[in-house]
Amino acid sequence: MRRAMNVRPGAGARLLLALLPFALLAAVYVLGSAERRAANPNDKLLPPISEMAATVGRLATEQDRRTGEITMVADTASSLRRLAIGLGCATLIGLTLGVAIGALPVVTAAGGPLVAVISMIPPMAVLPILFIVFGLGELSKVVLIIVGVAPPIVRDVTLAVQAIPSEQLVKAQTLGASSWTAVLRVVLPQITPRLIETVRLQLGPAFLFLIAAEAIASDSGLGYRIFLVRRYLAMDVILPYVAWITLIAFVMDFGLARLARSAFPWAYAEERR
Amino acid sequence: MSAITVENVWVEYGDQIVLENLNLEVASGAFLAIVGPSGCGKSTFLRMVLGQERPTRGRMLIDGEPLPDEPGPDRGVVFQRYSVFPHLTVLGNVLLAYELGRSRVFGRLFGAARREARDKAEALIARVGLSAHRDKHPSALSGGMQQRLAIAQALAKNPKVLLLDEPFGALDPGTRAQMHALIKPLWAKLGMTVVMVTHDLKEAFSLGTRVIAFDKVRHDPQAPGRYGARVTYDLDLTREGPVPVLGAVKPDIGAPWSVRVVAAG
Repeated sequence: MRRAMNVRPGAGARLLLALLPFALLAAVYVLGSAERRAANPNDKLLPPISEMAATVGRLATEQDRRTGEITMVADTASSLRRLAIGLGCATLIGLTLGVAIGALPVVTAAGGPLVAVISMIPPMAVLPILFIVFGLGELSKVVLIIVGVAPPIVRDVTLAVQAIPSEQLVKAQTLGASSWTAVLRVVLPQITPRLIETVRLQLGPAFLFLIAAEAIASDSGLGYRIFLVRRYLAMDVILPYVAWITLIAFVMDFGLARLARSAFPWAYAEERR
Repeated sequence: MSAITVENVWVEYGDQIVLENLNLEVASGAFLAIVGPSGCGKSTFLRMVLGQERPTRGRMLIDGEPLPDEPGPDRGVVFQRYSVFPHLTVLGNVLLAYELGRSRVFGRLFGAARREARDKAEALIARVGLSAHRDKHPSALSGGMQQRLAIAQALAKNPKVLLLDEPFGALDPGTRAQMHALIKPLWAKLGMTVVMVTHDLKEAFSLGTRVIAFDKVRHDPQAPGRYGARVTYDLDLTREGPVPVLGAVKPDIGAPWSVRVVAAG
């Protein structure tokens, strides 16, 4: 008998093993839903799949009578816009500050402790400040995402830059590099795969801050909708919306992972598979 | 093509003395091999020539001018590890050597300048025998090929001084012999001054025109950091030079061997 750590599933077995937990969860839900419906035909807690499908069909195809927009499309568009701007700005800030702090000892001395302290501020605690300063519009939601997500990106990029062997930077200098060209040609390309990995890991927190901001003050968005229909116990809307958000986040994560591997194959050459 | 002068150089880290009172005159075009036990300051010396570290006391001159205190294109280097850039192909690595110096804004060349640099890079790659692997990343190369690439990259700048920090230490004996066969004619043709740190005595004697050994001649068991290393052997291996004599070193070292002999007797 081989040790458990040496037993590797084949390709087919791996797919089967991946699908199994999902199938189990779905089965548990369907059974539970049927059970509750049998006891109480008006049960709202675990709506059957058919009912959720009908609701989604309505939300995703019919125009809202008040706004004239298709609810789910409008919600998704406004949430994704906030997320894209917030995450984009946070990535840009994280990359710029992280490289500067990691590559220039003077900036490390000046900015390192500041970033260490700022990243400890709970972003939700400053949300009221953001609402007061930036108003209840789009800006405060985007800023919340930036405040929440940029500091970890800064810190991770800094670590990635500092992890580049000093031999590489010395070698670049012996090849005639200035600080700027060394950053441009040696540091940046080497940390880009890690930056993508960091952004992947920050997708979860970014969604968290997005939905929190939307739940508190908004008139559109995926988080807004969920918290709006909560009052009516509309699980047939909430559950599909949660699934939809999860799917969006998963596709983004998967896309970034694929992008990193196809664009920077050298960075994954020694990955254990 | 440069002479290196070392005058009364001391290197100390806190109260740990690494090198004490080093005096050396390395002739232009020499192939200097430095040997010695681990931790005797060989690599520290190399890093000082490189400009990565500064002597605590004393001064270092290159062609009579004070050595710049940061690495520059006049001194090329090949490290034992991490010498090549993992994100670039073989061609990209050598090309980078031409691009970094000339393009101050983008660190990249375009158009005719790029084609010209590319031709030069390809010629260099052919010279170290890597033409067949031009488009591979270093992770796909063997250790020997990576070091050949690192040498090609360093030669692209046509440095006055080439520093080798145990460059072949991680290679198998066959590959190492190939590397020796590669580096010696390159050095003879280009005429640069080479400083090589190595653990391999055979390598030092087969490649070097001069071999020096660093070692601690005084030991204080209560304070291991009290005394630093000195040049204990300095052997001229050129035919024109005097016959190498073991222990033929500068008189400022004192006579550590006689002391040891007395102690042993």
